[in-house]
Amino acid sequence: MRIDGKGLVDRSKRVIFSFDGQSVEGFAGDTVASALLANDVKLVARSFKYHRPRGVMGAGSEEANALVTVGRGAAQDPNVRATVQEVFDGLEVHSQNRWPSLEFDILAANDFVSPFLGAGFYYKTFMWPKAFWEKIYEPVIRRAAGLGALSKQHNPDSYERAFAFCDLLVIGAGPSGLMAALTAGRAGADVILADEDALMGGRLNGDGGEVDGMSGAAWAAQAVAELASLPNVRLMPRTAVTGAYDQGTYGALERVSHHLGNAGGRPKECFWRIVAKRSILCAGAIERPIAFENNDRPGIMTASAVRTYVNRYGVAPGKAVTVFTNNDSGHQTARELIAAGVHVAMVVDSRRDAPESGDYPLVKGAEVCNAGGRKALESITYRAMSGEEKVATDCLAVSGGWNPTVHLTCHMNGRPVWREDIQSFVPVAGMIPGMDTAGACQGTFSTHGALSEGAAAAGTALAALGLAAGAAEVPVAEDTPYRLSPLWAVGGHGRAWLDFQNDVTVKDVKQAAKENFRSVEHMKRYTTQGMSPDQGKNSNIGALAVLADATGRGIPETGTTTYRPPFVPVSIAAMGAGAQGAGFAPQRFTTSHTASVAAGAPMIEAGLWYRPSYFPAAGETTWRQSCDREVNMVRQAVGICDVSTLGKIDIQGPDAAEFLDFVYTNMFSTLKVGRVRYGLMLREDGTVMDDGTTARWGQDHFVMTTTTAAAGPVMRHLEYVAQCLRPELDVSLMSTTEQWAQFAVTGPKSRELLNTLVDQEIDGESFPFMACGEISVSGVKGRLFRISFSGEHAYEIAVPARYGESLYRQMVAKAEALGGGAYGMEALNVLRIEKGFITHSEIHGRTTAFDIGMGRMVSAKKDCVGKTMSERPGLNGDEREQLVGLKPLGPVKQLTAGAHLFEAGADPTRENAQGYTTSVGFSPTLESFLGLAFLRNGRARHGEEVMMVDHLRGVSTRCEVCDPVFFDPEGGRVRG
Amino acid sequence: MAELSAKTPCAGLLPVSAGGVTLSEVDAGVLTSLSPRRGRAEALGKALDASVGAKLPEVNRATGEAGSRVIWFGQGQYLLMGPDPAAALGAEAAVTDQSDAWAVVRLDGVAAEDVLARLVPLDLRAQSFAVGHTARSMLGHMSVSITRTDPDTFQIMAFRSMAKTLVHEIETAMKGVAARGAG
Repeated sequence: MRIDGKGLVDRSKRVIFSFDGQSVEGFAGDTVASALLANDVKLVARSFKYHRPRGVMGAGSEEANALVTVGRGAAQDPNVRATVQEVFDGLEVHSQNRWPSLEFDILAANDFVSPFLGAGFYYKTFMWPKAFWEKIYEPVIRRAAGLGALSKQHNPDSYERAFAFCDLLVIGAGPSGLMAALTAGRAGADVILADEDALMGGRLNGDGGEVDGMSGAAWAAQAVAELASLPNVRLMPRTAVTGAYDQGTYGALERVSHHLGNAGGRPKECFWRIVAKRSILCAGAIERPIAFENNDRPGIMTASAVRTYVNRYGVAPGKAVTVFTNNDSGHQTARELIAAGVHVAMVVDSRRDAPESGDYPLVKGAEVCNAGGRKALESITYRAMSGEEKVATDCLAVSGGWNPTVHLTCHMNGRPVWREDIQSFVPVAGMIPGMDTAGACQGTFSTHGALSEGAAAAGTALAALGLAAGAAEVPVAEDTPYRLSPLWAVGGHGRAWLDFQNDVTVKDVKQAAKENFRSVEHMKRYTTQGMSPDQGKNSNIGALAVLADATGRGIPETGTTTYRPPFVPVSIAAMGAGAQGAGFAPQRFTTSHTASVAAGAPMIEAGLWYRPSYFPAAGETTWRQSCDREVNMVRQAVGICDVSTLGKIDIQGPDAAEFLDFVYTNMFSTLKVGRVRYGLMLREDGTVMDDGTTARWGQDHFVMTTTTAAAGPVMRHLEYVAQCLRPELDVSLMSTTEQWAQFAVTGPKSRELLNTLVDQEIDGESFPFMACGEISVSGVKGRLFRISFSGEHAYEIAVPARYGESLYRQMVAKAEALGGGAYGMEALNVLRIEKGFITHSEIHGRTTAFDIGMGRMVSAKKDCVGKTMSERPGLNGDEREQLVGLKPLGPVKQLTAGAHLFEAGADPTRENAQGYTTSVGFSPTLESFLGLAFLRNGRARHGEEVMMVDHLRGVSTRCEVCDPVFFDPEGGRVRG
Repeated sequence: MAELSAKTPCAGLLPVSAGGVTLSEVDAGVLTSLSPRRGRAEALGKALDASVGAKLPEVNRATGEAGSRVIWFGQGQYLLMGPDPAAALGAEAAVTDQSDAWAVVRLDGVAAEDVLARLVPLDLRAQSFAVGHTARSMLGHMSVSITRTDPDTFQIMAFRSMAKTLVHEIETAMKGVAARGAG
């Protein structure tokens, strides 16, 4: 119910939203929680395990009960805290974890069998049969217990990531944060002030006190206005700092458009990485509940939340409010309720010496021991010296004291220390390098204390930044001392809740202790206390106090569990913003991409690159038809293929030749200028790293090509060799992969085609096999290499990339006129399998030069990277699986890659495996499937029959082992 | 005889504008990477100064001006942008033509810093990254070179093959910033 004339919400702006399909009215500035309370909606959620009715418990991001789902369908957002979600017209809110409805929830039956569902129940009960756990028990338990659910649809919302930098990051905009930001901002520091609330001010907006003679909220608004006017201050409302990381880096989650009906192109959330030279934590404190029987009934709230609903939202959370407290904070709530015209039925203070500070009935030295009502609070029972009394009430405000919000200070493994006088853990200076703390988060609970500590911390930060602080004028505010007597749990037989979000009671914690889970970390895992969205913000300290009591230790000896980031839940969508779908990685396109797509070629990914798979011609319905045609076309006429994706590295310098001798297994210093040589490269461990051709462009200038896949790794490897292994060599490395568009022109008519393009015709004398040199195409200087990956008379022509598309289109047109055309990756693959040429399917990181039949390429005349390691025992010899060719023998003609090889007649079991296939393809040239494979002692077994078994695809094929070069073994065609 | 037509890396993709920020393609002329030979950095600097009137930049700095700029391009690497490299440079450095290797774009506007803050993990505030400062860094997942050429202008270079992703990433960030600016 609203209170006339109270609150900071805009009463002139009505907002209509829906809760479980019912229309609810609120005002601009309301949260879902405040608007529901204003409409006397008490039942908001069902609890995790027992499906207990739950209402709103707090007024901030720590909310443990009022979790709801916002939106619907693909965009639905589960486990949103109703206390954080701002209302807007058309907002759709649904309750969670109930069926069929919030009012009538079948699984509430769990509550009545609760004696069986305590801590450790699952572990002890669902032990047999073992196989049942995964298939039956776990799915059923998961269905019965839980919070909101994901839509399991693709999320259409946009999210953002961003980086920010500042001199000083102030975390939290309560009194201490505002004062710190004002002090530093006025001194000229580059300040970011981040606060998780939409309205900056912290407790100043929720409490009734005054600052400098005006209301706290008015002072906060004035401070925020001044900060907004300073060009060196950046205000980040709705931004929760979620973690403190190395070197002054902080994670922060900004809710950018969760509060807007029409986002207008804004992202939902932005995940910030803020790098700050200094930071001041002004995170405040969270009021703690007191455990007693049925203390989770809707209508039981923290005392400070009740004040917030009255002062900030103008909402009376009840008609007859009762208060249960162990400190003076409860009395402040009672006084402010009365001032707002809300009836206070009773204040129960556990302290015998409680102060009489207002005009309300007060029971001293008493404890609330039970609550009546199920879906809404109807009464409380308190126990005093004189016995138990029942009081009718629809709202109980509870204060068990305050827990400083120390979370961020602990993110780099620091541990907070216990302060006996305030019964709280507080941070120790220096837990996060560069971070100071001020106000309630370090146990200073008065407004005056917070303001002055904020100013002082800013002074410290400014001094560290080398800036002069002006004279800090700390405004006048209350400075009441904080007095409490510890009270964590009220004795009794029933269930008293510690962790509302995970349904963990005092009994569960005691049970854990009894079963020897005495460490606080073990207790947490055994009971699940402190897990799920609130991460125990409301319950950790209470639970460890109960554990301390149950194990006969003190609270400081018991210690806290580890505080880990994030401070509030962060959606994966925000952390991975921009990375959905194609955003996962950059896309690299060749200059011929558009032409290939226009020709109907399906594009396949090769690393980040996109390459054409095949080019379907009219009438072709399967890829094999296209592939066979393209292979024949290359063997009989001429084909064009974009090979720009292969890595190209210019290697220059007086020591370039010596450098290459060291990185390649074979000799390059003997290569003549204008000639190309095939080279093999080993890793330091002696395994084959990559292969490719390198051309000697000039005396001190080589042009290396790498495979597409290894372009990056090879460049890195060369840099490593140049910088670390051979720093004495004067050599420079430069990737030119992007500079050149390069195309293979392959087939018997390749020279004929080229001579229609180049300005000066070539012949067998000027360009013999393995020659290279400069050419020009209508005046554009290019590079020509006579190399072949198909065994045909072939060239690779390179022009500056700007001309790539134009050259490609013209060459394909000319090839087509000669009976050829473009060919794709499938045909390229078949062509090279026919010739037994290797790719990374064969040099996959476990094979040696010996294995692939290139042992003799490791020059005996010189050293090279990996040479010694490649000579280790076990890397050469009969026991190695060696590269062979395979041809089908029997009625089954199919070969598959990844299949295993067995001796004819042997059981196809793991123990009998003799090798495996790496590349297969159908050769239209030889009219047979061909395979490349590694077979134990394979080179000595040519002519032998083996069995190829593919257990996954269910294929078994009899094969003949043969030489891996199936076609034109003499190599006559390539020199043609 | 064939006639080859040229295409720029961002042809058909740019310019785009949002929220007062414009992304456009730059024809930077001839791009030449210079990698000084052992002990010849100083000599290279002199040869550069003599031929194009720009000094060899310090680490993370650029020298010269639009049309004739030298930017630090990594450890022991410089990129000459604009003029043809003088033959004399070849005596002091490994000289490699990179004119077609890079997509070169320009981001102009008061909010250009905010746009890059969505993509680049560097402190690009004017007090830390002033006119004439340059860096090799990441833009999203891409390796880029970023130079502040004017108070509200950044030159960004990415691999030519990634031009489409480059434009997509920056345009998305521009729209996000523009939407927020709308209040």
